[in-house]
Amino acid sequence: MDKQERKRKNTTVMQLREGVKADFEIVNRCLVVKLLEDLDHHNAVSIREQSDKLITGKNIKDIIFDFTGSEFMDSSGIGVIMGRYKKVIFTGGKVAVTGVNHSVDRIFRLSGLYKIIHKFETIDDAVKKFNNN
Amino acid sequence: MDYTNEMLLEIDSQSRNESFARMVVAGFVAQLDPTIEEIADIKTAVSEAVTNAIIHGYNNGPGKVKLSCRICNHEVFIEVTDTGKGIEDIEKAMEPLYTSRPELERSGMGFSFMEAFMDDLKVESKLGEGTTVKMKKLIH
Ligand SMILES: Nc1ncnc2c1ncn2[C@@H]1O[C@H](COP(=O)(O)OP(=O)(O)OP(=O)(O)O)[C@@H](O)[C@H]1O
Ligand SMILES: [Mg+2]
Repeated sequence: MDKQERKRKNTTVMQLREGVKADFEIVNRCLVVKLLEDLDHHNAVSIREQSDKLITGKNIKDIIFDFTGSEFMDSSGIGVIMGRYKKVIFTGGKVAVTGVNHSVDRIFRLSGLYKIIHKFETIDDAVKKFNNN
Repeated sequence: MDYTNEMLLEIDSQSRNESFARMVVAGFVAQLDPTIEEIADIKTAVSEAVTNAIIHGYNNGPGKVKLSCRICNHEVFIEVTDTGKGIEDIEKAMEPLYTSRPELERSGMGFSFMEAFMDDLKVESKLGEGTTVKMKKLIH
């Protein structure tokens, strides 16, 4: 068996999705970024690029960053969220975070970001709130 | 007698090594039986220091980042060293919200997080020679 074949045999669904840092969904004009990895400097680059492509291409108004699948964030994550906030604020858009664990929540509190972004338990809660406004 | 244990790590200045660095330190510190919160504090501080070395020290280019982690009884001493461009004005660099790279979407919070999550933070740097960040944390 050559190496290529051996590799393919061991490939699981998880491995096929390796390198996927986030799933993106659009509900009305709201972009939902479901994070699947730590939001650090390494992962920030591709998440930022993919988000921005959709924000401009799909006429996005609001953004939700869902942390259900992401356990860690540092100042690089603050940069990503602030940067996207600056993009949608001019058209009256809002930014929310959902599913944040205790340590990610502490980073948001310490950074003062909760003054400009909203926090909800679930994506549904955030979507409902945004669609009502 | 003091209990001591030390770990040294040298990694290439590549962003993919950021998560590796914080996992290694978290794994090493586990012997002190820290709380989940204490582990999160240390992971964030290490991530900030290593990310700074890569982005600022080496300008996202090649180089080596050295990490030392020493345990002495219930205290953890962490040092992150780069031999990159160095910091001209350390005091200014450590001011909350100061960043020299706003165009890279940096927001100047790295040192503030290190300060908030660790018990002690010292920065030594020389222009053109590099930077060492020294941090200490007591594990209760
Ligand atoms: N290792 C380093 N080498 C050279 N300069 C550094 C180094 N670490 C920090 N600096 C300087 O100190 C400044 C402040 O660092 P800090 O981590 O607080 O903010 P930042 O990295 O700019 O933004 P953030 O961490 O919020 O993404 C940096 O903008 C940079 O000019
Ligand atoms: Mg920084």
